[in-house]
Amino acid sequence: MDLNYNEEELAFRKEVQDFLAEKLPKRIADKVKNLQRLTKEDMVEWHGLLNDRGWLASGWPKEHGGAAFDAVQKNIFEEEACRAGAPRVVPFGVGMLAPVLMAFGSDEQCAHYLPRILDGTDWWCQGYSEPGAGSDLASLKTSAKRDGDHYIVNGQKTWTTLGQHADWIFCLVRTSTEGKPQQGISFLLIDMATPGIEVRPIILLDGEHEVNEIFFDDVKVPIGNLVGEENQGWTYAKYLLTHERTGTAGIGFSTEGLEQLKRIAKLQKKSGKPLAQDPYFAARMAKIEIDLAALRTTNLRVLQDAMSGAASPVDASMMKVKGTVIRQAINDLARRALGPHALPFVSEALDAGYNEPPIGPDYANPVASDYFNNRKLSIFAGSNEIQKNIISKLSGL
Amino acid sequence: MDFTHSDDRRMLADMAARFVREKYTIEKRHEFAASDEGFSREIWAEFAELGLIGAMFSEDVGGFGGSGFDLAVVFEELGKGLVVEPMLANLVAGKLIEHAGGPEQKMLLEKVIGGETLITFAHSEPDSHYDLAHVATKAEKTDKGYRLTGHKSAVLNGDSADLLIVSARISGDAGDEDGIALFLVNPRADGVSIRGCPTVDGGRVGEIALNGVEISDKVMLGDGTDCFAHIEKATAAGIVAISAEALGAMQVSTEMTLEYLKTRKQFGVIIGRFQVLQHRYAEMLIEIEQVRSSLINAAGQLDGGRELREWNVSALKNLVGRVGHLVAEECIQMHGGIGMTWEYALPHFAKRLTMIDHQFGDEDYHIERVIALSAA
Repeated sequence: MDLNYNEEELAFRKEVQDFLAEKLPKRIADKVKNLQRLTKEDMVEWHGLLNDRGWLASGWPKEHGGAAFDAVQKNIFEEEACRAGAPRVVPFGVGMLAPVLMAFGSDEQCAHYLPRILDGTDWWCQGYSEPGAGSDLASLKTSAKRDGDHYIVNGQKTWTTLGQHADWIFCLVRTSTEGKPQQGISFLLIDMATPGIEVRPIILLDGEHEVNEIFFDDVKVPIGNLVGEENQGWTYAKYLLTHERTGTAGIGFSTEGLEQLKRIAKLQKKSGKPLAQDPYFAARMAKIEIDLAALRTTNLRVLQDAMSGAASPVDASMMKVKGTVIRQAINDLARRALGPHALPFVSEALDAGYNEPPIGPDYANPVASDYFNNRKLSIFAGSNEIQKNIISKLSGL
Repeated sequence: MDFTHSDDRRMLADMAARFVREKYTIEKRHEFAASDEGFSREIWAEFAELGLIGAMFSEDVGGFGGSGFDLAVVFEELGKGLVVEPMLANLVAGKLIEHAGGPEQKMLLEKVIGGETLITFAHSEPDSHYDLAHVATKAEKTDKGYRLTGHKSAVLNGDSADLLIVSARISGDAGDEDGIALFLVNPRADGVSIRGCPTVDGGRVGEIALNGVEISDKVMLGDGTDCFAHIEKATAAGIVAISAEALGAMQVSTEMTLEYLKTRKQFGVIIGRFQVLQHRYAEMLIEIEQVRSSLINAAGQLDGGRELREWNVSALKNLVGRVGHLVAEECIQMHGGIGMTWEYALPHFAKRLTMIDHQFGDEDYHIERVIALSAA
C-alpha cells in the first residue's frame, strides 16, 4: 500500500505538464475554462496535437498507435489536462468504438479504421438510443435486412451526441426478431455520407445544439461493415458500455469544478462576508470535497483493478453513479453561489471574441446554463437508475 | 502508487479474520458484553498471543507494525465480529505513550502488548462534547507533584483499566490547546472514584471523578510539552481504527441484508425483486466503497504531516458518520420487524454503527473541522 507517486510517476506528471504548457493553444484553453463553445475545428486541432505526441489514444495498446497508459498515468493525464483547460477527447471513436474493434472486429477493420480515428480522418458518433429504446436499449427497432452483399437499414436513432460533425456512425441494429430482444442485435458501421441518412438537430434546454436525431431510409451498408458476428451485438454493446462508464466518473472535471466553485464562493458576498465563510454553504462545499477525495481513490483502485483484469462491471456502474452525482452537486452549488447573478444569460458571450462587458461578475454568465446542461450526466451512458439495477443484479438480487 | 497490501499485512488481516470467524460468534459476543467487565479476559490473552495488540504499535516500543494500514486491517475484521474487547481503548492510550512517553514509560507498552496491563485515555468531560482542547480538569502544582480535580466522562473501558492516562490542565482555560498535560494515574489511588456502566451498543465505559488526587511529578507523561498535538495524533489513530471497525460492520450488515432480500418472500416473490429495495441496496454499496477509499486516504496519512493527516482523518470520520447512519437505518428498514429483534444479529451491528458516530467526533463536528482545515 503506497499512496505516494513514485519518481517515474512524478516525472510523467511533469512531462504532461510541459506538453500541455507548450502545445495546448491558449485560445482553446480559455474557451474551456470560461465554459465557452468549442467548434469542431477546436476539437480536431486538439486531437491532432495529442496524436502528434502519441497520447490521443491513451488507453490503446502501443501496436495500434496508443499510449498504453497505466492506471496511474491515465489519472495523472486526466488531472493535468483538466487543470490546464484541455478539451476532453471526443470519446466516440477513441474510447468507445476502438476497444470494441480491438476485441471483436476483424484485423482488416482494425487496420482500416483505427489509424483513421487517430489521424482525424473519421469523426465517429454513436447510434444506440432510439425514441422507443432508451434505458430499455434492447428493445431497439432500427432494422438491418440482408440483401445480397448489403444490409438495408431502416429506422431512427436519437440523442446522437455531436452527430452533426460525424463521418461515421456505429449502430446497434436489429437483424433478428427471434428469441429474446438481446439476441437479435448486431453492431454495424455506417458511413454518414450514404444516401438515405438524414441528421436533424435537437436543441437542448440550454439552447445548444449538442445532440441529434438520425433517420435511416433504405440505407445500403456493405456486409463487411458488420463487427463480429451477426446477432452478437448486445455482447459488444455491453463491453463498450463498461468501457464508457469507467470514463464517466469525470474526476478531473469535478476537481476543476470544485476549484472554480471555491473561487466563486470567495468572491461572492453574503452579509458582507465571503460566501465561503457562511457555515451552511461551507458545509455543503466541504461535504462534496470529502466525497470527491474518496472517489478519487475509488477511481484509482478501480483503474488498478482494471489493469490487473480484476475490474467488475459493478465498479464501472458505481463510478458512473457517484461521479455524476458529485459533478452535478458541484454545478448545483456553483449556481446557488451566484445568487441573483445566476439569472442573466447572454448566449453570444459563449462564443470566443465576444467583446461586450459582462453583466454581473465575469464568471457568472455560463454557470446556470452549464448546470442545466449537466443534468444529462445522470441520464446518459445508462441512467443512474439503470446503473443501480446493474449493481444490485450483479450483487445477486 | 499501489493499493495492494504487503504479504505480511495480508497475513495479519487473515489471522484476525479467521479468529473472529471461528471463535467469535454473536452468542459469545453477547455473553462477553453482559459480563462484569464487558469483555473476555481469555479472548484478550489470545489477542496478545496472536500479536494483534502488538500490531497496533511500532517496533520501537516492542510492537510489530503500528502503521495506519495495520490498524485498518485489524479493526475491519474486529468490526465484522462486533468485538467488545478493549482494543480501541488500549490503542489510543498506547499511542499517547508511544508518541509522548519517556523511555521508562514506553516500557509499559510491553505489558500492554502482552495483554497483562489494560490502559485507557481518560479525556472527555461532561461539557467537552467532542472538543479535544476542552479540558477543565485541573492539575495544581503541589510540593510533591500535582493534585488532580475534575470529571471524565464516558471513558472507554474505564472500569477495567489498570492504568489511566488523564488529561488535566496546568494552565489556561478549558478550550485552550496550550496548558494541557497528561498523567499516568492508578485507578485505585485515593481520590479516584470510577463508576462503570454498560453502553447501549455492547461496550463498557467509566464515569471518573478525580477528587484532589495527589500524584508525583514522575507520572507526568513525557516532558509535558506538545500534549495537545499528541492527543490529536492519538485520536487520529483512534479514528482510523474505529472507521475501519465501521467498515467491517457495514459489510456484515449489507451481506445480511442481501441474504434477507434474497430469501424473504412477500406478494409471492422475493422482496429483492422490488426495484425500490434494489436501488437502496445499491446506494449502500456505493457509499461503502467510498468509505473504504476514504479509510485508505486517512490510513496512508496517519504518520504524515499534521495538515494532511487531520484533513483526511476528519473527512473519513464525517463520511463514516454519514454512511454508518445510512447503512444502520436502511438495513433495519429493509429487514422489517425481524431487524428490530434482539435475537437477530443485524440490529446489534446497526447499533454499533450508530454509536460510532458518538466517538471521536460526529459527522457535524468533523465537517466543521474539514472546513477549518481547508481554510487554514
